[in-house]
Amino acid sequence: MPSDTLPAAPGKPVPGAADGSRRRRRGSRSWLGTLPLLVFAAVCFGLPVGFVVYGALTTDQGGATHATGANLSTSLHGAYLGSLTGSVELSALTALIGCVLGMLIAQAVVTSRRGALRESVLTASGVLANFGGVPLAFAFVATLGISGVVTQIAHLGSAGWSLYSFPGLVVIYLYFLIPLMVLVSVPALDGLRPQWREAAQNAGATTGQFWRHVGIPVLAPTLLGGFVLLFGSAFAAYATAAALVGGSVPLVTLKIADALSGNVQVGQENVALALSADMIVIAGLVMAVYLPLQRRSTRWLH
Amino acid sequence: MRVRDHRRLIAAVALSTAALTALTACGAKQDNAADTSASAGGVKASTATSAAAFGGMDALVAAAQKEGSLNAIALPPDWANYGEIIKQFEAKYKIKVKDETPDAASADEISAITSRKGQDRAPDVVDLGIPFDRSGASQGLFAPYKVASFDKIPTAQKDPNGLWYNDYGGYISIGCDAKRVKVCPTTFADLLKPEYKGQVALNGNPNKSGSAFGGVYAAALANKGGFTDIQPGIDYFGKLKKSGNFIPVESTPATVEKGETPISIDWDYLNASYADEFKSKGVDWKVTVPTDGQYAQYYSQAVNKDAPHPAAARLWMEFLYSTTGQNLFLKGYARPVLLPSMTADGSADKTFVAKLPQVTGTPSFPASSDLDKVKGVLAQNWDKAVS
Repeated sequence: MPSDTLPAAPGKPVPGAADGSRRRRRGSRSWLGTLPLLVFAAVCFGLPVGFVVYGALTTDQGGATHATGANLSTSLHGAYLGSLTGSVELSALTALIGCVLGMLIAQAVVTSRRGALRESVLTASGVLANFGGVPLAFAFVATLGISGVVTQIAHLGSAGWSLYSFPGLVVIYLYFLIPLMVLVSVPALDGLRPQWREAAQNAGATTGQFWRHVGIPVLAPTLLGGFVLLFGSAFAAYATAAALVGGSVPLVTLKIADALSGNVQVGQENVALALSADMIVIAGLVMAVYLPLQRRSTRWLH
Repeated sequence: MRVRDHRRLIAAVALSTAALTALTACGAKQDNAADTSASAGGVKASTATSAAAFGGMDALVAAAQKEGSLNAIALPPDWANYGEIIKQFEAKYKIKVKDETPDAASADEISAITSRKGQDRAPDVVDLGIPFDRSGASQGLFAPYKVASFDKIPTAQKDPNGLWYNDYGGYISIGCDAKRVKVCPTTFADLLKPEYKGQVALNGNPNKSGSAFGGVYAAALANKGGFTDIQPGIDYFGKLKKSGNFIPVESTPATVEKGETPISIDWDYLNASYADEFKSKGVDWKVTVPTDGQYAQYYSQAVNKDAPHPAAARLWMEFLYSTTGQNLFLKGYARPVLLPSMTADGSADKTFVAKLPQVTGTPSFPASSDLDKVKGVLAQNWDKAVS
C-alpha cells in the first residue's frame, strides 16, 4: 500500500478497513501495547508544546508570571505577521513545485529500465534531501551568488537574477525538497501495477485517460502526503535562509531566532514562543485539511 | 488470555519506565560544589566584592587554584584575541578554562545562567553585549565585584556597584578588498555610489547580530539620525538595497575570500584581524572607520552570582582588567576599556595602538532607554525597508 511509505503522520485506520473490526474484538487492554509510544510522545512532544503554549500566553514581570494575550497579538501584527505570511507563501510554493517535479523525476526513474540510474538517483536523493544549513548556503553563494561561477559564466546578473531574494530562496529550497519528494514517490510509483495500465489499454483508454482515472487517484495519497511533508520541511527550515537573506525575505523562523537567541533584541522570548505557537497552529491547519483528503483518496485503494 | 494481558501490562510499564528514566537522567541536576573557599578572614569568595576584601590577590589565587577550573561561555578564540587570553590565564594560574559554545549569543549566555542555577555546569563569568548587561543586573543575576583598576574605568562604562563593566569594544568600520574595489569607500555617503553595486554587506541581520545593528545605528548617525532615532539608518539601507549596492547575505571570512562581499561593515577589531588572516591568502583588506558615522560599542564582563567557581571567576576578572589582560585585548585590535588611562600612564602597548584604525574624538554611548526604543523601531521596520 503506497501510503504506508509516507513519513507523514498517519491517520486513524480507515473505518471498515481490513483489520479494524478484528482488532476491536481483542480485549480492552490492547491499547497497553502503545503505552510506551504514548509516554514517549507525551514527554518528547507534549511537554515542549505545553511549554511553548504556556510561554506564549504568559509574561514575566518582576519575577511574577501573568497571563496575557499580548504576545500572541504582537506575533500577529506588523513585521511578525509579515514573516508568518512570508513563510507560508515560500513553503506552499516550494512544496507545490517540489511535488510536481519530484513526482515527474521519480516516474522517469521508475519507468527507465536501467537499474544503475535508479540506484544512483535514489542514493543522490538520499544525500541531497538532507543537505542544508550554512554549507548549502555557501555552496549556492559560490555558484549562484553575485560573483558565483555560474552567474559569471551565464551572465545571470544582467538577466536580473539575485540569489538573495524570494526567487533565490525558492531555488535553494527546491534543491533539497525535490530529492525528498523523489524518495517518497518512488515506492508509490512502484506500486502502480503494469497490469492496470494494460487493462486500461485493453478497455480502450488513452494514456491521458489512464492517468486521469487510474494513475492520479492511486497516487493522490502520496502526492498529498508529499506536499505536507515538503511544506513542513520548508516551513521549518532556518539556517540556509539566515545566512543568505538576513531580514530581506521575512521568514518566521528567522524572527524566532532574532527574538530568542540574538545579541540585539532583549525580553522578546515570549513573543518568540508565541510565534512558535502560531507555527504549530499553521501546521495543524495543514494537517486538518490533509487528513480528510487523505482518507478520501485512500478509499481508491481498497 | 488474562495472563497474557498481565504480561503485556508489565512489559508496557517496564518499557515506559525505562524510556522515561533514560529521558530524565540527562536532565537531572547535579548538586553544586559547595562554596568551601573561605579566606583566612572568613570571607567567602562568593560574596567577596574585591580582591582586597578577600584577603589580597594571593589568597584569591590560592582559592581559585583549589577550585581548579573556570566555566566560560561564548568566547570565540578569534574574537578580540580571546584564544590567547584564555591560554595565558591557564598558563599563569594553572586553572583549566572550559569555553562552552564559543559562538553563542548574549541571550544564550543569560539563559545558561538562569536555566542552570545551582549546577556546577553554570557559567562563572559572562561577556555580554549591551543591553544584556543591564537587564541581567536588574534581574539580580550578577555578583557585585570591583577589580583593582575599577576606579580607572570611565563612569559611563560601568555599573556603580560593579555588577558589570565594559571590557573592550570597537567602532563600526568599513572593510574593503582593495584588489577588487578600485577606490575603497571611507564614509557611508560613499557607499551609495553606483560603483559599489552588489558589493556592500553587513555581517548578519541587525535584529540578531550586534555588529549589523551597530552598522545601522552608525548609518543613522551619518544621516542626521541620533541615539534616539535609528529610522534614517533603516531608510539608508533601504535606499542601498534598492540601488542594488546592499546585498543581504551574511558576510563571513569565507564570503570575503570568495569575493562575494568585497565591502563588509563590521566592528573594526574583527575587520582588522581579518586583514591579518587574509594577507596570507592574497586579499588586501583595508579597514577604515567611517568619518560621518562613528559608532562605538563595548562589551561588558560580569560574574554569575551563583558561580560554581566563585574565586576563579573573580581571578578571571582581575586578569582581564590587569595591564596584561587589557594589552591582550589590544593585540586583538579591540579597544580595551582602560585604554585612555593606560595611554596616559604609558602602559598601553604602542605597537598595537599604532595598528588600530584611526578615529577622532571620544566615543559617546546611547542610554539603555534609547537602545530599547530604537530596537523596537528596528524590529518593526527593517524587513519592510530592505525587502
